[in-house]
Amino acid sequence: MSLAYILETSLAGLVLGAAAWTILARNAFAASVGFVSYGLLLALVWVLLGAIDVALTEVAIGSGLTGLLLLSAAARLRGTESQAGAGPGKPARVLVALCCATISAALAFVVLSLPEAAPTLAPDAVAALPATGVGNPVTGVLMAFRALDTLLEKAVLVLALVGVWSLAPDGYWGERPDLRLRLADDSVLPFFARTLPPLGVLLGIHLMWTGADAPGGAFQGGTVLAAMWLIVMLAGLRDAPASNALWMRIGLISGPMVFLAVGFIGLLTAGAFLAYPVDYAKPLILLIEVPMLLTIALALGLLVAGPAGPPGSAGGTR
Amino acid sequence: MSALLDLFTIVVVLAGAVFFLAGVVGLLRFPDTLSRVHALTKADNVGLGLVVIALLPQAGSMGTGLKLLLVWLLVLLASATVGQLIGRVARRAGPPA
Repeated sequence: MSLAYILETSLAGLVLGAAAWTILARNAFAASVGFVSYGLLLALVWVLLGAIDVALTEVAIGSGLTGLLLLSAAARLRGTESQAGAGPGKPARVLVALCCATISAALAFVVLSLPEAAPTLAPDAVAALPATGVGNPVTGVLMAFRALDTLLEKAVLVLALVGVWSLAPDGYWGERPDLRLRLADDSVLPFFARTLPPLGVLLGIHLMWTGADAPGGAFQGGTVLAAMWLIVMLAGLRDAPASNALWMRIGLISGPMVFLAVGFIGLLTAGAFLAYPVDYAKPLILLIEVPMLLTIALALGLLVAGPAGPPGSAGGTR
Repeated sequence: MSALLDLFTIVVVLAGAVFFLAGVVGLLRFPDTLSRVHALTKADNVGLGLVVIALLPQAGSMGTGLKLLLVWLLVLLASATVGQLIGRVARRAGPPA
């Protein structure tokens, strides 16, 4: 029994344990904490499998940002959770458990019954990679071979944000979300929010830039930028933008708009929507990724910031 | 020389692991939030620091070593901040009944 085997087995056990904890936890807050640790452990699994890009995304989006959304939802629900009673009755729970177990068993069956060499397009993708000019196959697939999926993903992100905004009552429209932590003014948070962001912004841009040839990309970089922005807003150094701020809306749609524009230019110059002329593939990909970084950072930050709060709740106190 | 460096790595990683173990035991066994935070900081600050120092000879290049040190510094900054915030919230909530 090798050391690697022990490590892999105990990691798999930890992932299963964290998953079970998340499901069995008594309240939403504990379940959210379980979900975050589950995501971090899962990222280690991806690293072991050599999928660094997936591990980065899992940490940034799956564990970090989703975890933050779940935690803030749990915090808002805390008051109502105890009043909600015992939740669904026993028959409903058994039914849900059965359905979940069936899905898991079916998935396990499908995975186990795959042929030994699973069908894959990876060799074709790697063979065609030089035409895109980027060195990271994951970025090549995301930005060139499956660019339409990536474009739609950005549109979905903006739509999700519109969904969150629409939760604000009519009278709050045009106000700011209020997410400042109400800690005393001498808390260490403002210092933290002044110290970390310069480094974090650098790291976010680096992740986007390096994504062309190494693990990384606009999504991971954008998440880091969003996190820095959120720290600044949580510390109260800057207010969240009003929901009708023009600069914010232009920034939000800049990624999909540039993507679409490049796509239509491809129609003229390379003969297909979202096709890149071979000589300009890499510059065009970078041209798309920069506004996409902005879109992702804004959309993720605003998703966490939530719908607009009551008038006058934020700002004007400093 | 490299065997000596490997030995250094093993010994110091184990020392770091002891601090992590102590931190986790404290987190599980200590009675209130403030003492739990106190126990956790040992794992974050000293435990991770020892692990990073142990890995420095194995880093291979100056850049990797500096990145390891940066990771430690960032964790120190984050955990010190979060520890202070948790302590503040715990103090406001008052001692457990």
